[in-house]
Amino acid sequence: MSHHNDSAKFLVGVYDDDEVVLKAVTEVKSAGVRIHEVYTPFPIHGLDVALGHPRTRIGIAAFLFGLTGFLTMVSLTYYTMGYDWPMIIGGKDNYAYPAYIPVMFELTVLFTALGMVGTFLVSNGLGPTVKPLMFDLRSTDNKFVMAIDLSKNKQSEVEIASVLRASGAAEVNVKQF
Amino acid sequence: MHVTSPVRTPLVTGGKTYADVTEDICKQVEGKPTREWTIAFVISFVVLIYGTCCVFWTWWEGLGVWGLNKTVGWAWDITNFVWWVGIGHAGTLISAILLLFRMKYRTSINRAAEAMTIFAVLCAASFILMHMGRPWLAYWALPLPNAFGSLWVNFNSPLVWDVFAISTYFTVSLVFWYMGLVPDLATIRDRATSKVSRYIYGAFSLGWNGGAKTWARYEYISLILAGISTPLVLSVHTIVSMDFATSVIPGWHTTIFPPYFVAGAIFSGFAMVQNLMLITRVVFKLEDYITFEHIESMNKIITLTGSIVGVAYITEFFIAWYSGVEYERYAFLNRMLGPYWWAYWAMMTCNVISPQLFWSRKIRRSVTWTFVLSVIVNIGMWFERFVIIVTSLHRDYLPSSWAMFSPTMFDIGDYIFSFGLFFTLFLLFAKFLPVINMFEVKAIIRSASEKLPKSVSGVAKGESVTSPTFNKNVE
Repeated sequence: MSHHNDSAKFLVGVYDDDEVVLKAVTEVKSAGVRIHEVYTPFPIHGLDVALGHPRTRIGIAAFLFGLTGFLTMVSLTYYTMGYDWPMIIGGKDNYAYPAYIPVMFELTVLFTALGMVGTFLVSNGLGPTVKPLMFDLRSTDNKFVMAIDLSKNKQSEVEIASVLRASGAAEVNVKQF
Repeated sequence: MHVTSPVRTPLVTGGKTYADVTEDICKQVEGKPTREWTIAFVISFVVLIYGTCCVFWTWWEGLGVWGLNKTVGWAWDITNFVWWVGIGHAGTLISAILLLFRMKYRTSINRAAEAMTIFAVLCAASFILMHMGRPWLAYWALPLPNAFGSLWVNFNSPLVWDVFAISTYFTVSLVFWYMGLVPDLATIRDRATSKVSRYIYGAFSLGWNGGAKTWARYEYISLILAGISTPLVLSVHTIVSMDFATSVIPGWHTTIFPPYFVAGAIFSGFAMVQNLMLITRVVFKLEDYITFEHIESMNKIITLTGSIVGVAYITEFFIAWYSGVEYERYAFLNRMLGPYWWAYWAMMTCNVISPQLFWSRKIRRSVTWTFVLSVIVNIGMWFERFVIIVTSLHRDYLPSSWAMFSPTMFDIGDYIFSFGLFFTLFLLFAKFLPVINMFEVKAIIRSASEKLPKSVSGVAKGESVTSPTFNKNVE
């Protein structure tokens, strides 16, 4: 979120309750106000749908990483056991693939986990040196925080503030970055 | 949003608000170490130092310092390895399998149980390194080309599968655990008063801000991590059991091993979770989060898996007789009536009889009984591995090479090392990281709290709470 310029000005609605903020999203949107994002201390089911966020495609990435892991182990076992130094073990084929299923499975899981989590961190811009854009420090404790980017809305600050209050916000603050 | 039947028993008691959850859990991280913690840490650390000296001597002098002989080539090392890996399984079961089953009671115990998994797998891995004798050559277990002077590793061997299984299991568990920690670390970061802790927790929370889009993706990856961890954890102990089952040693060459080992792993792991959580809940005053419901639910799993283990023991015996193979029959009769009869009967008593006591509701809801029986279960599960490994080896096909195994101070000292390592790491975790998953508890609190307030965060502290009267016998 570092793409915001220094003059970005936000209205921040602070809600006390997860059910209230979920309803508020629909109300604020129907009042014609564009919501920047809602920040919550825990996941609220249906909040991303209410905000109109598209369904995540990270599952596709996870599958592709898993496939990569699987094919890596298929290649490695084939190269080592079947091609580079073939040995007859127990009278079986050099490439006795049923015995390699456990390692293929393990590498599939390993690549899926690491690749998917890596994708997650990159796509959300998370990392050890990232300074988070915090609209209200209590949003990781017990408050549910709705941020409205004033530059992206036609309505006045006062109008939006009253929409937020009407939707159940306990506080409305201004935050400038 | 959470629709829960009012007859459900509450998972979090004391009418906690979201802010209370943050406060109760962060208090342990932010405050000065308690006296109990300091004493426990010093003891664990001293044990770790003693154990480290023993391990160092084992490597310096060689495996001859152990009580092994040419007949019994595996004893305490592999017993301890299997025991620790097994203990680790409960953490993954709680965090992954119970997540897939939507068991909400996992939220209070998953963090500590996963930490236990990671530390237990580290202890297990340390025995793999120890039993190599020359740990600096441990990388030979990896598939490296011939330039290193050896052939490729043999991918037909369960020992090679084990290298992949254990390292994948450790890595994935660590990632799963750490991803679970990130939102809670952000909570600590945003409460931090000192520059140092804001910097450290800030770096480890990766700039988390809890946006709705991030949470949606986060929930998605948690579900996939749970989905892949479930078959992973089953594969790990399956592969560990194949270290034995694919051999031709009577007593090891048994097709029942994979399910039997997995059940035993969960059995001993839950017992260790009970031991750790019962202490943590008292020392950190978390009785409202880890309630009798949690203790009882875990005891039920201990009874279930303990019964599976019991059935497996009996099945093994029946099959040994039914196979008609005299060596197989002898191996099992020797276990029961031979020179190691005491280990066998210790295993039978601890693992088959003691968990059956949990059929009594009074016993499975008693802290003292639970603690004592959990210790007994873990003693029993250690003996199970000892019985499988040592009694199958010590009398082989040639009576002239029959031998007994007795541990030296280094067998014992290396085992003590793993306890020192485990408890030192667990205590560090308990002090510096939130022992309960705050955000998951907050997410279930509305359906799980004793009281169902209109606005959870609006309930004042200490407000009187009426507990439901009809929840006593309903599961």
